[in-house]
Amino acid sequence: MTAFFALLAFDIRLSFRRGADTMVVVGFFVLTVVLFPFAIGNDTALLARIAPGLVWVTALLAAMLALDRLFLADFEDGSLDQLLVSEMPLELTVLAKAAAHWVTTGLPLIVAAPVLALVLNMDRAGLAHLALSLALGTPVLTLIGAIGAALTLGARRGGVLISLLVLPLYIPVLIFGVGVVTAAIDGIDASARIMALGGLLLGALALAPLAAAAALRQAAR
Amino acid sequence: MTDQQPAMGRVDQLIARDIACVRGGRLLFAGLGFSLAPGGVMALTGPNGIGKSSLLAILAGLAPAAAGSVELPTETGRIAYLGHGDGLKPLATVTETLAFWAVVNGPGNAQARRQAIDEAMETFALGPLAALPCGYLSAGQRRRVALGRVVATAAKLWLMDEPATALDGAGARAFDDALAGHVAAGGMAVVATHGPIAVDGIETLEIARFAGAAAGIADPDTWGLGVDQDP
Amino acid sequence: MIHFLANPARFMRIGARVLPWCWAVAALGMGAGLWFALVSSPADYQQGDSVRIMYIHVPSAWMALAVYSLIALVSAMALVWKHPLGYLIGRAAAPLGTGFTVICLVTGALWGQTSWGTWWVWDARLTSVLILFFLYLGYMALASAFDDPDRGNRAAALLAIVGFVNIPIIKFSVDWWSTLHQPASVLRSGGPAIHPSMLTPLVLMAVGFAAYFLALLVLRVRAEIAGRKVAALMMASAMGGAGSNPARRERI
Repeated sequence: MTAFFALLAFDIRLSFRRGADTMVVVGFFVLTVVLFPFAIGNDTALLARIAPGLVWVTALLAAMLALDRLFLADFEDGSLDQLLVSEMPLELTVLAKAAAHWVTTGLPLIVAAPVLALVLNMDRAGLAHLALSLALGTPVLTLIGAIGAALTLGARRGGVLISLLVLPLYIPVLIFGVGVVTAAIDGIDASARIMALGGLLLGALALAPLAAAAALRQAAR
Repeated sequence: MTDQQPAMGRVDQLIARDIACVRGGRLLFAGLGFSLAPGGVMALTGPNGIGKSSLLAILAGLAPAAAGSVELPTETGRIAYLGHGDGLKPLATVTETLAFWAVVNGPGNAQARRQAIDEAMETFALGPLAALPCGYLSAGQRRRVALGRVVATAAKLWLMDEPATALDGAGARAFDDALAGHVAAGGMAVVATHGPIAVDGIETLEIARFAGAAAGIADPDTWGLGVDQDP
Repeated sequence: MIHFLANPARFMRIGARVLPWCWAVAALGMGAGLWFALVSSPADYQQGDSVRIMYIHVPSAWMALAVYSLIALVSAMALVWKHPLGYLIGRAAAPLGTGFTVICLVTGALWGQTSWGTWWVWDARLTSVLILFFLYLGYMALASAFDDPDRGNRAAALLAIVGFVNIPIIKFSVDWWSTLHQPASVLRSGGPAIHPSMLTPLVLMAVGFAAYFLALLVLRVRAEIAGRKVAALMMASAMGGAGSNPARRERI
């Protein structure tokens, strides 16, 4: 467990030192959301109506944007071999790296999302649920993304390939994530949808490290 | 197919039996076997592309062998591996790097860990570099840090691929001394190398190119699938 | 079974023996199925003759899912038993499965045009098939994305299993999403209840499709094995005769 937290802390520290990671993700998120009024027009009612889906889709794309960094540097510089040789179970390694990646890319999205929702005039009744749904959903995106990132190590056009592999698997998260927000806005009980999202998170926590670890072992040989 | 599980009972040797290695559909070597007792060093030699790095990867458990088995010494599960890549992060300082890897793949006891890191810093003269990020270091300096990591894991078995790459004279001597000290203390090492290693009692395993058909591998009758033939 | 078929020589022999039967069943199934579908079965009282699209649409949807399941199954076998035949079958099956998926989507669009007046509706089943199509694309893209084909095989096999585990989740979420956004329409694909006179051609067509798929699969795997054999022989001769036993060479 010491090793788990050491890896988590090491990755987060390096990422903050690099700085650009978080900024690129949040910058992409904000800029892309801001594009929509230009495309759709400044119809406040329309923007407010599509805001939950719009923010969620953009957050999903922003989270995906950063995925290729998850294992690529380790794969290229030899750190991955070191992690594989170490006594730390590889599933735990994946979990630590995914957690660090989520802290530096997923967490900032959760903070930025309510602000963007306000800019889009989203009904304020949904703000808390937007943050909650992203808090439950973005870790799933990172975990599923870890599988895609591990599978595409060493591939030609790895970055584009990840999106092709990962986006179809993101659909359930998107459906329930937006569902939570719209329920809150429509005044429906959102608990069932929150449970579904939580279920996805638990399932991803249990299964994604297994798959990603298997993929990493295949990549390293 | 590689059996990484040690056999029952305590084994203090590294034993490789009948290892075969297939890379890119090509059989590199087959029927390779050796054993290494505590205090033994094995130098792997042979021409480029013969499979020295592949054998090290098989021994380290990074890649499966096409046939055969590897038995690692059970006394310590830890192995130190040094591949082509140094595995250093440009933004992490030398101290941070060694401290991190010692936690991930080093002694569980904090004091033993401290000691191993100090030994690594001293052996490879890393003191003056301690506070520098690895990104600022030259290739030779980076190699010294990577070698320092091997020492900092305090592992019984070292698996090293061309460890002296980019090292200057002083660095190469420091490596030879470290290796000699490691085996004198009962450690083991398998080192793939082109150059000479100044360690007493070093054994040499020259990998020869495989010639002739081995059972079921690279045999046209398995059609490049590398599978069993008709019973 | 997998170990029995695992030997490429045996697979070639059995494949050659099975192939004519596959073609026969495919021709009979599709022939009879088409006769029942186009001639002998009644037109739907609401949809008229356009309901006959169903006899292509529904079996290809079944095949699309069945082929993906097969790919996941042989992928798991290949990873567990480290046997390359599973990879070969998976890669050979993927374009065929994609073909069925495309047929299902296109016929779905045609059917939608005649019964709803639009080419595409976000109906739960059609949407699920569309996502399945993307899963196929991802599998094929990943399988061919590596310089080392073995690495592509293993990565794609893992992806097939991951996708297979996700299919029920995707299906469930899309169904739920669909009920949320549009009330269940009267004219669902497949129809609310299938009359027995419609079931006969449906089953016949499905059997024909499956046999046709098997025949193409055997052909593709045989071609792939032959290609690997050529590559192995070229490699052997390039290596200066290593492993090239002349007694065996004549059996090519």
